[in-house]
Amino acid sequence: MSKERKMTITLPREELMSSGHLACQGCGATLAMRYALKALGQKTILCIPACCWSVIDGPFPHSSLDVPIYHCAFETAASSASGVRAGLDMVGDKETTVMAWAGDGGTFDIGIQALSGAAERNEDFIYACYDNEAYMNTGIQRSSATPIGAWTTTTPVKHYKKERKKDIIGIMAAHDIPYIATASIAYPEDMVKKFKKAKDIHGTRFIHIYAPCPTGWKSRPDDTVKLARLAVQTGYFPLYEVENGEKWTLNLKIKERKPITEYLKLQGRFRHLKQDEIDLIQAEVDNNYQKILKKCGL
Amino acid sequence: MSKKKDDKRIIFNSEQEMPLVAMSLGSMLYNKTGAWRNIKPVIDLSKCIKCGICWKFCPDTSIDIVDEWPVVNYDYCKGCGVCAEECPEKCIVMVEEEK
Amino acid sequence: MKKVIMGNHALSYGAMLSRAQVIAAYPITPQTQVVELLSEMCANGTLDAKFIKVESEHSAMAACLGASMAGARTFTATSAQGLALMHEMLHWASGGRMPVVMGDINRAMAPGWSIWTDQIDSLSQRDTGWIQFYCSSNQEVLDTVIQAYKVSEKLMIPSMVILDAFALSHTYEVVEIPEQEKVDAYLPPFNPPYRLTPADPHAFGGLTSPDHYMELRYKLQKDMEKVPALVEETGREYEKMFGRYLGQVDDYLCDGAELVFVTSGTAGLTARVVVDELRAQGVKAGNLRIKLFRPFPFEQVRSILSRVPKVAVLDRNISYGHHGVFYQEVKSAMYGLPSEPAIFGFIAGLGGRDITRETYKEIADYALKHDRPEEEIVWIGVKK
Repeated sequence: MSKERKMTITLPREELMSSGHLACQGCGATLAMRYALKALGQKTILCIPACCWSVIDGPFPHSSLDVPIYHCAFETAASSASGVRAGLDMVGDKETTVMAWAGDGGTFDIGIQALSGAAERNEDFIYACYDNEAYMNTGIQRSSATPIGAWTTTTPVKHYKKERKKDIIGIMAAHDIPYIATASIAYPEDMVKKFKKAKDIHGTRFIHIYAPCPTGWKSRPDDTVKLARLAVQTGYFPLYEVENGEKWTLNLKIKERKPITEYLKLQGRFRHLKQDEIDLIQAEVDNNYQKILKKCGL
Repeated sequence: MSKKKDDKRIIFNSEQEMPLVAMSLGSMLYNKTGAWRNIKPVIDLSKCIKCGICWKFCPDTSIDIVDEWPVVNYDYCKGCGVCAEECPEKCIVMVEEEK
Repeated sequence: MKKVIMGNHALSYGAMLSRAQVIAAYPITPQTQVVELLSEMCANGTLDAKFIKVESEHSAMAACLGASMAGARTFTATSAQGLALMHEMLHWASGGRMPVVMGDINRAMAPGWSIWTDQIDSLSQRDTGWIQFYCSSNQEVLDTVIQAYKVSEKLMIPSMVILDAFALSHTYEVVEIPEQEKVDAYLPPFNPPYRLTPADPHAFGGLTSPDHYMELRYKLQKDMEKVPALVEETGREYEKMFGRYLGQVDDYLCDGAELVFVTSGTAGLTARVVVDELRAQGVKAGNLRIKLFRPFPFEQVRSILSRVPKVAVLDRNISYGHHGVFYQEVKSAMYGLPSEPAIFGFIAGLGGRDITRETYKEIADYALKHDRPEEEIVWIGVKK
């Protein structure tokens, strides 16, 4: 490769997340933050409830982000962000983007009341949920975002999770908020595009980010991006947008979906599954994917 | 912002030096996470096509672009191996860290 | 300007005159009129504020704290179950040093459902690091809201302005509404030493190791200890500008008294009627109404009560398994003083049962008959 040739840079160059943070090796949540801030820029205020990111950022008096952070109570990402937005408006700052940044536990479970309230009021902020499908910060306990079939410390192998993952996009879409999107750390350009789009919309915007967790999924740290990609390619986590609760758009059409087993076999949390159970999960994935295609008019 | 880029660890010797609330006053750059590493990525630049993928997928912001080449910052690289896994030319190898 | 208004509206006027910028609240009886009037004021432009109509009290406080961190002056009001639901966020407010001012209408805790007054709701929050003012008139409620902002914002500690359900919240009284211009001169705009702004980015409330946590709490306590003097100073300043002194305690004929009723809230006003009647009968009675409860006004309480032989503390609350809360606190304040009086604890008026002249007469009879309390708690009015 010639010296003169420039590097191919497909994302904004600015880094608002510095090295030295406390994330585990191969952390998907960290990539999610890195991309989100690349899209939103420095004029962003984060409300981070209890989640991995309340640790990743670093202990007082240090931080790994160059944007202001309000570390708020577990169930208050959306209510805190509502307050920050109102406060900024009253002190004359209409420009700064407010973003609630919560894990799946803080979004699907304990924070859903405040989130639903804020969405109903159409509060003017972005709510990003980085989903690693369990309470990872407390040591891998099941949440309502944990998928069917998964091992966690509270759904042990002999009693693995039998319930489906909560349909958070369906719930948010029912609030008719202006913008909803799914995003994956394996598709950073798509994620950046969505955050930039969200930034220019007013009202409640919800972005659901798929963020693998090697520690909690018992996967190899180097497989993080591969797993996120497989989640999309199998149709387990399709990339799509929902505008105003009614306009559904599939962003990435998968011609031939890969079998779910390719995704499952890379993760220790699914190792106990027998073929008939994997078949059931495959049927679930197929069914969900078809539902989304139908909503997208495909 | 300039203060944030400092890699000095802030230490308080008394409560008078501390702010009223738990607020950050410096960056995490003091925390040299390279010490966590067991294996390290080594880039064979002769095979590198400058696709930027290793830079893009680094969770630790530890691949810099220096003179249009990717350079691993071993002060912070935690050795997760995502760059080696994602490199389309397979020009990054993970090698045992000498301890 | 004088107006006849209910206690709840006195809170609303206090918040309006203080130019609260963000209000977040959730309705609960008997607080509703506070936020109804504020909604009206926001809607018709009397008050330039954002009103966030949240889905719970927990979110109300969370939203106030977010707004406070963004640099806005914030107000909310609640009662009983709502205050209990906020509990976690009360610690967040004080620990994060966010000077929210909140009205609490003292209402008994369920079950069984009670909308009537007692103080267990707010006293259950005594260790959350909030300044607590117990008011006894609508005028005092309005004035104290304005003073509370001044004290809170100076020290970055939140304040609770407390009034009895119905006995004050729904009672109409003549209230002098101060002129906005004068209130502006007394209370400058909120200008916190730190805030959420991209121009100077900080992470607030991050992980705090045992190396640092204790110092932060030490600083909170040290600033709490400055509150009594600041209440005194701002109360005198208020008197100079508005003609009404706002103090830590309210002393009615305690000097030279043989028996002093220690009270709080509206129960204090009834006590005064009885003090006058007892004095007419030759009993030198007095009344000490504690207005500032957190931080506890040790100095004033000690100086007044150490000159009195007998003290009868009336509690409209109980700390189950212990005593009435004011009784505990007064005893602990007086403990070990060379002139420690005989202190009697009485519980009355729970769940909104009336505290009447008869209540105090019973209390006086007991305290005058005994040298020392013979029971841990003397209950007044329990149907035995």
